[in-house]
Amino acid sequence: MNPPVATPFFFYLLAATMIVGGILVITRKNAVHSAMALITTLLAQAGIYLMLYAPFVAGVQIILYAGGIMVLFLFVIMLINMERSVKERQFNKQWLVGIVAAAALGGLFIAVYTTTTKGKMLFPEGRMSFGEDQNTQAIASLLFDRHAGQYMFAFEIASLLLLVAIIGAVVMAKKRI
Amino acid sequence: MLHISTLHYLVLGAALFLLGVIGVLTRRNVVIVLMSIELILNAVNLNLVAFSRYWQGIHGPGALHGQVFAIFVITDAAAEAAVGLGILIAFFRNKETVNVDEVNLLKW
Repeated sequence: MNPPVATPFFFYLLAATMIVGGILVITRKNAVHSAMALITTLLAQAGIYLMLYAPFVAGVQIILYAGGIMVLFLFVIMLINMERSVKERQFNKQWLVGIVAAAALGGLFIAVYTTTTKGKMLFPEGRMSFGEDQNTQAIASLLFDRHAGQYMFAFEIASLLLLVAIIGAVVMAKKRI
Repeated sequence: MLHISTLHYLVLGAALFLLGVIGVLTRRNVVIVLMSIELILNAVNLNLVAFSRYWQGIHGPGALHGQVFAIFVITDAAAEAAVGLGILIAFFRNKETVNVDEVNLLKW
């Protein structure tokens, strides 16, 4: 089956949006600008998930990540008075060491992704084009099914983790315990 | 360059990971460090979903383990962001600053 013709166009458009958004996140002085750039990156990533035939994860990303976590970040940024920090120095004293370490990590990534064993690339193509209509049902059967669900225990532990996080966040942010 | 393979998504994920690492290592503002951590987690999620798509080509349309793992990573990121911001609020209430290198009460 042939892939759709517009796939490279959308991939490069969304990838450029994500990279530009990421660069804006780490270089802006104002924290609200960084949060807006991060929301743009997350929404473009939801588009990439749709290209990878993962509509449920794309929906979870938009609702939870862009609509929940980033709104929480914006609340806290509005609560904290950060006017003074806009005029201060933005990068810390060891910024050069940080960039050298990140460049070393980038070199490691390039070395891994360009190795070829016996002339073949790392992950050769074997993909067919599936429809997306059974995606949510398949994820639900992995999570909740009695016989085929391997992630039921992880699901319960995740709910316990959220309980611990709720209690921790409330205790941390209270004035008097 | 024209056919988008798994490697394209992996390289994009690696680039986002590098941007997040640079943000964590070089910024002074705590909120932007937390947002860079969210960038790192998103890069990991992109890798997971790309590999789940790769596995679907080998093991059939029900091999969605990468996507389930990505959902758990998003849940974990929400919990960690909430607790991290709570700590930030508690610290800001005491010291009136949001810079990471002024957290030096335990220095000798």
